[in-house]
Amino acid sequence: MSSLERHGVSQDLAAVTAMKSGDQSALAELYDRYSSVVYAVALRVLGDTGAAEDILQEVFLQLWRNPSVFDAARGNLGAWLAVIARNRAIDALRRRKPETDIQDVIVSVAPDLAGEADRSRAAERIRGVLGAMPAPQRSALEMAYFEGMSHSEIAGKTGEPLGTIKTRIRAGLMTLRKAFQT
Amino acid sequence: MTDHEQFADDLALYALDALTGEDRAKLEQHLATCPACKLELEQLRGDGALLALSTMGPKPPLRSRQRLLEAVTKETSASPTPASATPRRSWWGFLGWAATAAVIVFAASLWKENAALRQSLASSTSQAAQTTRELEDLRRIAAPIIDPEAQRVTLVALKTAPQPQGKAFYLRNRSSLVFVANNMPTLPPQKAYELWLIPSQGAPIPAGVFKPDAHGSATVVNPPLPAGAAAKAFAITVENESGSATPTMPILMMGAGE
Repeated sequence: MSSLERHGVSQDLAAVTAMKSGDQSALAELYDRYSSVVYAVALRVLGDTGAAEDILQEVFLQLWRNPSVFDAARGNLGAWLAVIARNRAIDALRRRKPETDIQDVIVSVAPDLAGEADRSRAAERIRGVLGAMPAPQRSALEMAYFEGMSHSEIAGKTGEPLGTIKTRIRAGLMTLRKAFQT
Repeated sequence: MTDHEQFADDLALYALDALTGEDRAKLEQHLATCPACKLELEQLRGDGALLALSTMGPKPPLRSRQRLLEAVTKETSASPTPASATPRRSWWGFLGWAATAAVIVFAASLWKENAALRQSLASSTSQAAQTTRELEDLRRIAAPIIDPEAQRVTLVALKTAPQPQGKAFYLRNRSSLVFVANNMPTLPPQKAYELWLIPSQGAPIPAGVFKPDAHGSATVVNPPLPAGAAAKAFAITVENESGSATPTMPILMMGAGE
């Protein structure tokens, strides 16, 4: 890890540790750092600012109640919060109960994205990778990720066989992964 | 390895919560026993996270921050303090002598064992914190017996005067001994009581010198003892303040194992 990344991770760890002793300003610090990511994901999924705000509240309250989930974040709190935000938003969209206990959602992301600059640079790069992807691949990913469609639903909508959808989604994730492997 | 191949695609879907039905059940069953797939799942979730991180949009409204902090304040003030002292006290109340004794001896032996550990763990924060917490828990449990401020009550049949009484708790495999005495008569100055471990063979072993407090109570905790000494009985004599290597007759009190 670069020293910059280490700096971001240890800042988050310090804030989470302070939160464990009931330090509200530590929560505020993490909110200031990651609320825009959480809100953006929720808004993308739900398309409604009020609903997105509710998800934002819920995600940070969960973090406040369970600071130990930082371990599940494998040092990348931003990525983890984004995943939880997406999961909760999909649950709200599909009016269903959470599929997995948040303690079990372990996320391993390579790039550090604690700093605002790092994050917007990474976001731009990801958008570039997505743009360069074959359209059916990108659209399958987006249907699964932002619309919470199951593989059979995607197959139904696109008229493609189940097997094709499965392979396409996996290939899409691999492309994203490769783009960030140094 | 065909198993893994079959699951590779399913894993990617599962990471996005897009796998349903029988496929999902089969995969979850497989995940329960496959650490390699669990690891890959984490990575795939991470890849998915990149999708989430690519989104852009307006910043959340300012009021959301305030709303969050207000909710948190409300939660913090509403929840009771997580003190666990109360339940522990009532548990303490349920213990009989025997169980209490076992706890005390265990506590005493842990103190002995952990003296060295405490030093070496001092630099490792979380471990030291846990050990400290455990030791404090144990100290708290032992306190009513060990603390001179604790109230000691001997219950006797009515119409009899309280007799001197001693109880020894001994864990041979840890050489751990805790001794508690009540109603011991005050001694002349320069004299003290001495506790003895009477082994099955050989001379009585010195097991601590003590003087009763104003109430006639005394405790001896973890005196140095030879390892693994088997105790046939314990006894008390009166000696000079500095103690003695051999007991001076008469024996004042004695008891064999229960």
